[in-house]
Amino acid sequence: MTDLQIRILVAVCYVVLAPFIAGLLDGFDRKISARMQGRKGPSIFQPFYDIKKLFGKQFLSAYRLQLVLVLTYMILVVMTGVLFYAGLDLLLCFFSLSTAVMFLILASSATHSPFSSQGTHREMMQMMAYEPMVLLTAVGFYLACDTFSVNEIIKSDIPAICYLPGFFVGFVFILTIKFRKSPFDLSTSHHAHQEVVKGVTTEMVGKEYAMTTITEWYEVVFLLGVVGLFFITSNPWSILWTVAAILAVYFLEILIDNVSARVKWQLMLKLAWSVTIIAGGLNLFILTLINR
Amino acid sequence: MDKLVTILICLPFVMAVLPAIIKNSKARAAVVYLCGAIVMALSVFTAVKWAMAGGKAMDFNLPYTEVFDKIILVGDFLLMFLIIYLSFKWKKGIISFLSIIQTLLVAGIELFGPEVEEKAVIHMDWLTFIMILIIGIIGVAIGIYAVGYMHGYHIHHHKELTDRRSFFLAMIFVFYGAMFGLVLSQSLIWLYFFWEITSVTSFLLIGYTRSEEAINNSFKALWMNLLGGLGIAVAIAYAITVQGTANLYDVISLAGAHNAARGALIPIAMLAFAALTKSAQFPFSGWLLGAMVAPTPSSALLHSATMVKAGVYLLLRLAVVMNNNYVGQMVYLVGGFTFLAASCLAITVSDGKKVLAYSTISNLGLIVACAGAGYQETVWAAVFLIIFHAVSKSMLFQCVGAIENTTGSRDIEDMQGLIMRFPKLAFILMIGIAGMFLAPFGMLVSKWAALKAFVDARSALMILFVVFGSATTMFYWTKWFAKILGVNPNKSRDLTKPNEYISMFFHAILLVALCVCFPLVSKYVVLPLTGEMYGNASAVISQGNIIVMVIMIVALLVIPTFCYLLTRNAGVKEVMAYMGGDNAGDNVRFLDSVGEPKELQVSNWYMEDVFGEKKLFTPSVIISTLIILVLLCTIVGGAF
Repeated sequence: MTDLQIRILVAVCYVVLAPFIAGLLDGFDRKISARMQGRKGPSIFQPFYDIKKLFGKQFLSAYRLQLVLVLTYMILVVMTGVLFYAGLDLLLCFFSLSTAVMFLILASSATHSPFSSQGTHREMMQMMAYEPMVLLTAVGFYLACDTFSVNEIIKSDIPAICYLPGFFVGFVFILTIKFRKSPFDLSTSHHAHQEVVKGVTTEMVGKEYAMTTITEWYEVVFLLGVVGLFFITSNPWSILWTVAAILAVYFLEILIDNVSARVKWQLMLKLAWSVTIIAGGLNLFILTLINR
Repeated sequence: MDKLVTILICLPFVMAVLPAIIKNSKARAAVVYLCGAIVMALSVFTAVKWAMAGGKAMDFNLPYTEVFDKIILVGDFLLMFLIIYLSFKWKKGIISFLSIIQTLLVAGIELFGPEVEEKAVIHMDWLTFIMILIIGIIGVAIGIYAVGYMHGYHIHHHKELTDRRSFFLAMIFVFYGAMFGLVLSQSLIWLYFFWEITSVTSFLLIGYTRSEEAINNSFKALWMNLLGGLGIAVAIAYAITVQGTANLYDVISLAGAHNAARGALIPIAMLAFAALTKSAQFPFSGWLLGAMVAPTPSSALLHSATMVKAGVYLLLRLAVVMNNNYVGQMVYLVGGFTFLAASCLAITVSDGKKVLAYSTISNLGLIVACAGAGYQETVWAAVFLIIFHAVSKSMLFQCVGAIENTTGSRDIEDMQGLIMRFPKLAFILMIGIAGMFLAPFGMLVSKWAALKAFVDARSALMILFVVFGSATTMFYWTKWFAKILGVNPNKSRDLTKPNEYISMFFHAILLVALCVCFPLVSKYVVLPLTGEMYGNASAVISQGNIIVMVIMIVALLVIPTFCYLLTRNAGVKEVMAYMGGDNAGDNVRFLDSVGEPKELQVSNWYMEDVFGEKKLFTPSVIISTLIILVLLCTIVGGAF
């Protein structure tokens, strides 16, 4: 197979498989969380049952155009992932993701509902908190591999993490925000079964909410792909430790989720920006010094 | 070509007399449309004719250059007397000293200083080409908008003010002429003259309403810009006495030479300093913020097509000699810092025009930083930023002005559900805002290129400025954007005039066209420009990515439409938004604790305590002043 065919195949696999992978991860998440809390927990397929039930519900909406915006949000996130897994420009992927999130914000703010407005503003705040680190991550890869192209980055001989430990720490830190895990689950939490009065998704009911959840699954697989990018090399065996690293990061997020309580946005902003500057910035500074 | 350029520069000055003497408002409007159309056609014709002729940089003299030299000398003094008169009239006499010093300095050097070699005074190249088109197209569109806007302004909203529309429209034409002159001159003395005209005209426009606030703000603009003018005057004096030339390009090539004299950077630094004041960088941002007391068309004019663009134009000229030296460092540090600081400050204000003002300062900061870095890639990004910023910002100002004329408020909080009340205005506002920050529209492409260029330059500090600035930029645009969509049952009549709509839709179409034709603009205009400046031109963003982005733009237009068609028959059951069960029959009212319906207000976050003006403005001014002072001292001190 040519390079191009492989890239297209991977992108197609992403579109087809991502919801199942992320859904299963979500199932494990709930199982593991339950065990950490001394409960038995639901079946690992519970997220899929939730989605099925949500699709079966009556379609209620407070704003006619909301469904359009939600659907656009979904398509744009899928497009982001496709750009990434097809090996295109990393920075472009991140820009495209921000544009997609914009549509979620529009979908939730358009209803004039007090609870979802609250969630919207928190969502924007979260965006402002994580955006510098997201962009910085792309910059880091460029410094380490001399390219923004994902297809080139995966062909490097040494895993990027060797150059980018600080960037990695920063990225994993903001992943907690992106995955909507405690202590940073301000705009909404990641539990699909808590449907009512839930921040940014308050006004999304039934299939709208199911679509939002699936979109977030696509996003999770994209972001975990970025985590993998820190580890992967041209060596085919690197896929093994890459998958191990991704699972480890995911487990870490579950652990953080279970041992921390939600903070206020001020603290979130301060922490996220401080980590960005200290971990990311310091790493960046060193890289620019040694790698002229 | 020389005759054409002479007409291009002189005609707007002559035309300015017409609206000034015609007092009948209908006739004046017709004259302004006609003259505007002529200026626009002339500028496009000049630019296209030059490009068709091969797009080679040209140096030439105007016919009767001698006469023009004399006129400019006299003009300098006239401007000085005007400033002296006005500043004493409004009891700000101290400001006139700045003007006296610089005028006497320039005139004295010119008359009694050493003879300098006669050189061509006009220079035309790709940068001039772009500037002429921006001034001619965007500037004139603002002029056309101004006619309708000023009518509404005086007839509907500000009956208490003296109607000085004749003066206002005349000043707009003076501005066109001065800007054309400024971007075409290569003689520093000519450049200085046109520079001073723009300073004085903007001062007069800001003080239009003659309210106390307007007067104070206009004098603030005047002294800051005169300080910049003083910078040019010093540069002229140095160039003539030490370097024996009064030509901008000679000064640049002297500083860029391998064996450059140690003082060769001094005039560059002085010109760069002048450009920083004009492009409203910190610590000189105050004047542009104050400028919003003026009627909206003048804000649009100052922010997009003219005035501030004069500053960044000059910086782009100097970009070649700012790479990797103290001048460049001063410029890009101030620019990068301004980009971040202004976008943080924009978060905390809810006045639509003020948000636009901060956003202008912030974007100019990025342009200035790109110019200061002085790499080919950053210049490429800067030129695109200038183009996209001019179109989007002019459109946004016009739109906010129209909203204010219609609803009586320009506060963002009052724009709740604009899409339901005034769909056309909301549509324009949304395109403008999307153009300012959303992928894959214009501004973001430039930001991307700027980021890449700073990474290539291995400038860690600038990278941090850009990534944090991008995040804060995103925040203040997003919350405005989100406000426009939504529910608002209050209906009212749209008072926007047809000519305002013509101008606004023209901008909207232009913006979308520029985004879609972005690869062509890059290939046929901007790459020749950077090639001209740096000798060889190479693409900054790869062809593949550009194609992906154009696909994304189309996708962004197509996907929502597609989704709309898909969900049209979704069988939605409309319900009320969740308010804990206390809705009072619709989405905008709820039942309070005693069972009375109350209107529900949803408000954006402004976070005064985190990013507030009180907290950040003064420190920003201090930090940027320190940067400028330290580096200026280094440059001047290092020369001796």
